[in-house]
Amino acid sequence: MTVAVVNSGGANISSVLHALRRLGAEPAFTDDASVIRDAERVILPGVGAAGRAMQVLNQHGLVEVIRKLQQPVLGICLGMQLLFESSEEDNARMLGLIPGRLTRLHEEAGLRVPHMGWNAISNRKQDSLADPLDGKWFYFVHSYAAPIGDWTLSTSHHGRPFSAIVRWNNFYGAQFHPERSAKAGAELLRGFLETPLT
Amino acid sequence: MSSATEHKLARRIIPCLDVREGQVVKGVRFRNHRVMGDIIELAARYRDEGADELVFYDITASPEGRSVDVDWVRRVSETIDIPFCVAGGIRSVDNAAKVLGQGADKISINTPALENPGLIDELVKAFGSQCVVIGVDSIADGEAYTVRSHTGTPDAMKTPGRETLDWLREVVDRGAGEVVLNCMSADGTRAGYDIEQLGAARRLLPIPLVASGGAGAVEHFIAVFDEADVDAALAATVFHSGQIPIPELKQSLAAAGIEVRPC
Repeated sequence: MTVAVVNSGGANISSVLHALRRLGAEPAFTDDASVIRDAERVILPGVGAAGRAMQVLNQHGLVEVIRKLQQPVLGICLGMQLLFESSEEDNARMLGLIPGRLTRLHEEAGLRVPHMGWNAISNRKQDSLADPLDGKWFYFVHSYAAPIGDWTLSTSHHGRPFSAIVRWNNFYGAQFHPERSAKAGAELLRGFLETPLT
Repeated sequence: MSSATEHKLARRIIPCLDVREGQVVKGVRFRNHRVMGDIIELAARYRDEGADELVFYDITASPEGRSVDVDWVRRVSETIDIPFCVAGGIRSVDNAAKVLGQGADKISINTPALENPGLIDELVKAFGSQCVVIGVDSIADGEAYTVRSHTGTPDAMKTPGRETLDWLREVVDRGAGEVVLNCMSADGTRAGYDIEQLGAARRLLPIPLVASGGAGAVEHFIAVFDEADVDAALAATVFHSGQIPIPELKQSLAAAGIEVRPC
């Protein structure tokens, strides 16, 4: 199994690489279009701001490369957000693979933003990747959240419900950090690497 | 289709490990540091017990003016699959980039932020709010709460003359993603968290607040979540000594109606 982890900038990407190595994978951390195109699995990580991450992908000429990928692709955290059309953050235009716009989670009485910590997910649709994860707890850190729609496999809740795991054709996304979500997170990554995804 | 009950964000339990030259030691604010064990072994133990997050405070780095030795940060990141924060010795965007680059999820700054508040803005711009934690050491000073800096060594401690609540407002305005409020009068007493001070901080902070200082019994954790509404509780001694095992603590919290991640 060849796994490419796309270099979309951001300082702390190495935890994703460490998590993949713990599962026995040998990920290539790369901005090389041909390595990404040829990989059997592609992971789009991302920490930081949407506008900046799109700028990096544009600079590396990777926007069209990612859009055209046919193999299973997993966006993590900001990487998941980038799969959508646009975000209220930086008013960024993103990859546009999934319809919809990210909006900011709003501070209300008792609601802290960023949504930082462990929360449980509830499945909404059947899918081989998400099925074993219903009701499990994952580590989230984000201030913007994706709407719920046909793409939503699992939801979580912070003031309002939002998409926690999404799928649109071969593009998957997790709003939480599987690499920092203990056994449940490893289960998602293993599922992504090992399951024939249909 | 889900039968799972609707959960909400869990309150976090955070063991704090003081690191000196790659070993976990006991007693930041005391002169004789006792070695508690290997950093990787202890980190793995807490991961297995169900800690939600770990804080590593590099006590070699801070008072001696050195920056964090990042090798142990990488080894921790390779080993554990829960988030961790590195505190101590981070004075610049470059320092922070090295620590985050080795796999730390967050960095926490305290004295350098007081000396140069603009550093908070720089870190937020470079890495995003979610990476930037501000540690605050605070003492109840008559009517007001005031901050202390250079608390890593007893002889070096300073009183910069800032009121804690004003400083908290400023760090939020500068974009900090989380605050760890260490109530120094309670620290080491094991008599309970400073509910009053933490409650005052809670009322003005829209960002996550971590309580620190004073944990000595399970009831103290229940009280700090129920009464001060903090997002997380940090402790060292009660966890390191085995006095409060994390699985039992979480069971007690759940029984008291406090949302926790099951171990």
